[in-house]
Amino acid sequence: MSRRFDPRAAAAALLAPTAAPALAAGEVQRQPLNVDAIVMFLVFVCITLGITYWAASRTRSAKDFYTAGGGITGFQNGLAIAGDYMSAATLLGLSGMVFARGFDGFIYTVGFFVGWPVIMFLMAERLRNLGKYTFADIASYRLQQTPIRSLAAAGTLAVVAFYLIVQMVGAGKLIQLLFGLDYLWAVVLVGVIMVVYVTFGGMLATTWVQIIKAVLLLGAGTFMLLMALPRFGFSFETVAAQAVEVHKMGDELMAPGALLADPVSAISLSLGLVFGLAGLPHIMMRFFTVTNAREARKSVFYATGFIGYFFLVVCMLGLIAITVVGTDPQFLTPDGKGLRGGENMAAMHLARAVGGDLFLGFISAVAFATILAVVAGLALAGASAVSHDLYACVFKRGCADEGAEMRVSRIATLVIGVVAIVLGILFENQNIAFMTALTFGVAASSNFPVLILSMYWRGMTTRGALAGGLAGLVSAVGFVVLGPTVWVKVLGHAQALFPYDQPALFSMPLAFLTIVVVSKLDRSAQAGRERAAFGEQYVRAQTGLGAEAATAH
Amino acid sequence: MTDAVHDRILANPKFVRLARERTRLAALLSAAVLAAYYGFMMVVAFQPGWLAQPLAESGVTPLGVPVGAAIVIGAWALTGIYIYRANTRFDALNAELLEEHAR
Repeated sequence: MSRRFDPRAAAAALLAPTAAPALAAGEVQRQPLNVDAIVMFLVFVCITLGITYWAASRTRSAKDFYTAGGGITGFQNGLAIAGDYMSAATLLGLSGMVFARGFDGFIYTVGFFVGWPVIMFLMAERLRNLGKYTFADIASYRLQQTPIRSLAAAGTLAVVAFYLIVQMVGAGKLIQLLFGLDYLWAVVLVGVIMVVYVTFGGMLATTWVQIIKAVLLLGAGTFMLLMALPRFGFSFETVAAQAVEVHKMGDELMAPGALLADPVSAISLSLGLVFGLAGLPHIMMRFFTVTNAREARKSVFYATGFIGYFFLVVCMLGLIAITVVGTDPQFLTPDGKGLRGGENMAAMHLARAVGGDLFLGFISAVAFATILAVVAGLALAGASAVSHDLYACVFKRGCADEGAEMRVSRIATLVIGVVAIVLGILFENQNIAFMTALTFGVAASSNFPVLILSMYWRGMTTRGALAGGLAGLVSAVGFVVLGPTVWVKVLGHAQALFPYDQPALFSMPLAFLTIVVVSKLDRSAQAGRERAAFGEQYVRAQTGLGAEAATAH
Repeated sequence: MTDAVHDRILANPKFVRLARERTRLAALLSAAVLAAYYGFMMVVAFQPGWLAQPLAESGVTPLGVPVGAAIVIGAWALTGIYIYRANTRFDALNAELLEEHAR
C-alpha cells in the first residue's frame, strides 16, 4: 500500500469490516512457514468439524438446515451475529487504518457500527415474526412469489458472490503472510471446509463456528490490549501522546482529515454501510434461528455490545501499534518506511510484540478461522436463496418435497464452493477493493429498500418492488463499474463516467423513488389485493401471531 | 388463522396502542442514533477543527475521541432502553392482546 495520504483509497480500503480488501490490494510476500499458527488452526478446524458431525445428526428437516430448528438463544445468536460481522479484516483492516491514519480510522469504525442499533429498532422483531428461512419470505409475504423471490434471490446471490470474492482473495493473501503457505492452498482449503460445514451441519454447525470464532476473537483482542496497556500505565493520554510523537503525521494524527477531501464519497460510503448492513442476506438469516421476537431483539442487543466493544478495542490496538510496532525495526521494511507485510499487519506485529511467537500463531489461526466462519455464513445464505426461493418457491411453486429441497440446497452449497474457489483463483492478482462497494451498494440499494418497505409501507405492490429492486441492483452495479476504481484503474479508460466510488447515495434513493412511483401508479386488481393483505401481515409483524415456532430436539 | 381474527385485532384499541407506542419509540431511538452519527459526520466534514481540539491544554487527546466513543456506547445503551421498554411494556400488552383473541 502507498503510504501517501489518499482519502479515496482509504475509503475504499476500509469499506467492509468483514472483508479483507486492503490485504488484496498489493503484492504480498510469502513468509516463512509458521508451524505454531498452522497447528492451532488445525485444532480449530478439528473442533469445528467435530461440531459439524454433531450438528449433522441433528439436521434432519429443512427447518433444521436453514434455521438450526429455530431454537438458538438470543445470547448465542448475538455472539454468532457478532461473529458474522467481526472478521479478520476488522481486526487487521481497522487497526491498520488507525495505525496509518489515526483519528480517521476511528471515524470509519464508528460508521461500521451504527447500523446495528437501527436494525434492532426497525427490523429485528418484525423479521423474526414474518420470516421463515430467507429474507425473501418477508419481501414476498403479500406480493407475488415468482417475481419477488427471483429478485431477492438475485440480490442475495450478487451480494454473496461479491463478498465471497473478497473473502477468498483475503484468505489467500492472509495465508501467505501468516502461515507461509501457498495462495492456492488457502483458497481450496477455505472452499472445501466451508462446503463441509454447510452441507453436513447446516445452520447449526455454521452458528457454532461463528460463536467459537467470536469468542476467540473477542478474547484475543482483549488479551492483546491487556498485555499492551501496562506499558502506557493504562492511560489513553500516554498512548496518544507517544503515538503523536513518533507518527509521521504528528499532531494531524489525532484530527479528522481524509473526509474533508470528499464529503460526498464519505456520506455515500456511510449510507452504504449503515443500510447495506440491513440488506446483507446472511445477517438477515440469523434472525430466523431464534425462538421468538423477544430473543431476536435480545440477540441484536448482545451483538451490538460485542461489536461495539470489539471495534473500540481494535482502534486502541491500532493506536498502540504506532508506538510499539512502528518504532521497532524488526517489524519494518528494510528502508524503515513501511510495515513488513503492509499496514494491515499492524495488529499481527503487535501480537508478536506483546505475546511472542506463540501468541502470534494463535492470532493468525483466529484470523484465518474467522474467514472460514464468514464464508460458511455466506454459502448458507446463497444456498438458501437457490433451494428455498428459486427451487422450492419459484420452480416448484411452493410444492417441493422437503427432501428434494434439502438435496438442492446441498448441491447449491457444493456449486457455490466450487464457484468461490474458481473466483478466488481468477481474482488473485486483481484489485478487488471495489468488490466491497458492490456488496454494500447492492445490499443497500436492492435488498434493503424492498425489505423495509414490505414491512412498513402498505402501498408497495409487486410491480413497484420489482421495478425498484431492479433499479437499485442495476444502478448500484452500474455506478461502481463506471466509477473511478473500476472504469479507470481496472478497465483502463481515461475518464470515469461516474465520479464516485460509492454508489449508495445515488442508487438507494433511486430504488426507493422507483418503488414508490411505480407502486402508486399500479392500478391493477392484483395491486389492490396486495395492499389489502397488509393488515394481516401488520398484525403478525407486531404480535407474532402465526409466526414460525421453534422445533425441539 | 382467519382474516376475521386479524380484523378484530386490528380494531382492538390495545393493538392500536401497542403498535403506536412501539413504532414511536423505535422511530425516536433510530432518529437519535442516525442524528448523532450523521451530525458527527457533518462536523467531521465541515468543522473538523472542533473535534480536533485537545481535551486538556497540555494533552493530545482530542475531543473527537470521547465524542466518537460516546456515539458507540450511547447507541448501544439505546438498544438497552428499547429492550427494557419492550420487556416491561410491549410484551405484556402483546400477551394480553393475544390472550383476548385466543378464545
